Amino acid sequence: MSDNTAHGEPELVQLLTPDGELRDHPDYPLEISAEEIRGLYRDLVLVRRVDTEAVALQRQGELGLWASLLGQEAAQIGSARALRPHDMAFPSYREHGVAWVRGVAPKELLSMFRGVSNGGWDPAQHGLHLYTIVIGSQTLHATGYAMGVQRDGATGEDGSAVIVYFGDGATSQGDTSEAFNFAAVNNAPVVFFCQNNQWAISEPPERQARVPLYRRAAGFGFPGVRIDGNDVFASLAVTRKAMQQAREGQGPMLIEAFTYRMGAHTTNDDPTRYRVAAELEEWKAKDPILRLRAHIQARGIAGDDFFTEVETEADRLGERLRTECRSLPDPDPLDIFHEVYAEPNTQLDLQRAEFADYLASFEDAGAEGGR
Amino acid sequence: MSVNLTIGKAINAGLRRAMEADPKVLVMGEDVGRLGGVFRVTDQLHKDFGGDRVIDTPLAESGIVGTAIGLALRGYRPVCEIQFDGFFFPATNQTFTQLAKMRRRSAGALSVPVVLRIPYGGGIGAVEHHSESPEAYFAHTAGLRVVTVANAVDAYWMIQQAIASQDPVVFFEPKRRYYDKADVDTGASLESAMPMRSARVARPGGDLTLLAYGPMVKTALQAAEADTDHSIEVIDLRSISPVDYPTVEESVRRTGRLVIAHEAPVSGGVGGEIAARITESCFYHLESPVIRVGAFDTPYPQSRLEEHYLPDLDRILDGVDRAFAY
Repeated sequence: MSDNTAHGEPELVQLLTPDGELRDHPDYPLEISAEEIRGLYRDLVLVRRVDTEAVALQRQGELGLWASLLGQEAAQIGSARALRPHDMAFPSYREHGVAWVRGVAPKELLSMFRGVSNGGWDPAQHGLHLYTIVIGSQTLHATGYAMGVQRDGATGEDGSAVIVYFGDGATSQGDTSEAFNFAAVNNAPVVFFCQNNQWAISEPPERQARVPLYRRAAGFGFPGVRIDGNDVFASLAVTRKAMQQAREGQGPMLIEAFTYRMGAHTTNDDPTRYRVAAELEEWKAKDPILRLRAHIQARGIAGDDFFTEVETEADRLGERLRTECRSLPDPDPLDIFHEVYAEPNTQLDLQRAEFADYLASFEDAGAEGGR
Repeated sequence: MSVNLTIGKAINAGLRRAMEADPKVLVMGEDVGRLGGVFRVTDQLHKDFGGDRVIDTPLAESGIVGTAIGLALRGYRPVCEIQFDGFFFPATNQTFTQLAKMRRRSAGALSVPVVLRIPYGGGIGAVEHHSESPEAYFAHTAGLRVVTVANAVDAYWMIQQAIASQDPVVFFEPKRRYYDKADVDTGASLESAMPMRSARVARPGGDLTLLAYGPMVKTALQAAEADTDHSIEVIDLRSISPVDYPTVEESVRRTGRLVIAHEAPVSGGVGGEIAARITESCFYHLESPVIRVGAFDTPYPQSRLEEHYLPDLDRILDGVDRAFAY
């Protein structure tokens, strides 16, 4: 396989064309049932609905912020569906699709962006670490975790591997390079899954790197591949193979999922200041959901009833999320002191007690008709 | 069983005992393997526990702390050696944004029992970045425990307590005191050792409380002996965060005077915070303002100047005199 096309751009691994046509790839065979394909479609639609609702809830003042995954559904759903229950995933903060697949209730994500929690789910229960906001930091956590998997002797054909999600911007962070190196030196069972969504807030890839991102891996001594990140089949098949290789002791791999952030960086961002509308139109033609729908229809994998059912399910999900979000209670003020330390800390206990008294003083004053 | 150990050997023995007791304890860092660390604190551990448990890492401090966090999330108890105080800074992000905050972020679902061993302080005639006292940065960061040792007994027990702690612990080692010896009862149980969160009265006295920690405890004890006019009580703080205020307050209420000595620059330092707290809590017992003796607000100077920069016995006694002038 040549590294570049005639135009000098690297080839993408693509199994599903934007028109919904299936293409075999010699290195990444797709083994998937019709039921699994319908399942992927359902995942894509439902997680997009979670995202749409969350953006709306932010606009209504119910969330402080939301980081939209619009356009990146296939990269996330495909790769996450490649994981086994005992694999561990380390997300950045936009991995709502991964969270969906790992069984984290969308309410937990809303809770974080509403400011009620800092994440809140139990990472061990879901095989999904908490969202990490400082760019690239989680790449090292995943690598260390994978070193632990090695030391536990938990690798092997039926063993565990680790996947870490990060973006194109994160490849500029020193931590990401250090993670690549630690993983390579230790031959750690970790897959680096980079969603290159073309924009690190306002900075395009040419402000991050002079070479295609997937080629970074070669310098560290492990394979890298660029996939069509809007192709859920490519994401699934390539991640499956990379995870299996990692489990079987073949070390790390970098997957660059070439995709597009169709929305703003977050609800606070205004992409019209730095990118042209035509670019968005171009990527809309590559929409991950439309192409899978076209594929399903062309192959007769499902009829109209199926699409209506999924749409109805999405409507119900949206309605549920709106209710759940609005009913999330504010934490107790004394939660500030909760689980800062595992062990007794007299200094902090004193501060907590003083603050509790201070709060109580208002309640007393209120009872007596004060402020 | 009493053994005469240097501080460095005591930490080594403590690490060994922790590794024998718990297979999840790992040692990692630069040159900690076959070399045994630049100060030989991990001497022989690689030979006896192997490369999977005594890990020579790439030369990348952020990578060391970041992968240690991952290992801790997997159930390990990594003890990271940061080779020198001034080399810690590439790891600040991982330490301050991740290690310190992971527990609260997860509402207690996650523990990251990582120990960062950092040789610190001056007095060894070193080049730049090898003589610093950065403890205030850590003490200012919620979620970390910050401790330091002044003698081999504490070195032996506190490294084991730090490893056993479910909280991340920054363990400062007084590098110019690595060769100071003491008898250590290595036959005792870990549970019987003084908790690492407690301050210790190292020398009782009635006229003034002299508080120090790490490498300055020895200097403070010498100063107390040298001042034959006053009865000076010396407190070895041991835990920099949290501070054992009850022990300090009890002493100050008896003596009425407090001098705090540390190698770090005075401004924004640990001594300033303690001075403010003690002024609040012991105001009516104080006969004088709390006096701080520390380094100047400059970068650590060339080693030919360090004897002027580091607080020494005379500078501490000057602080004591200032306290008695009120």
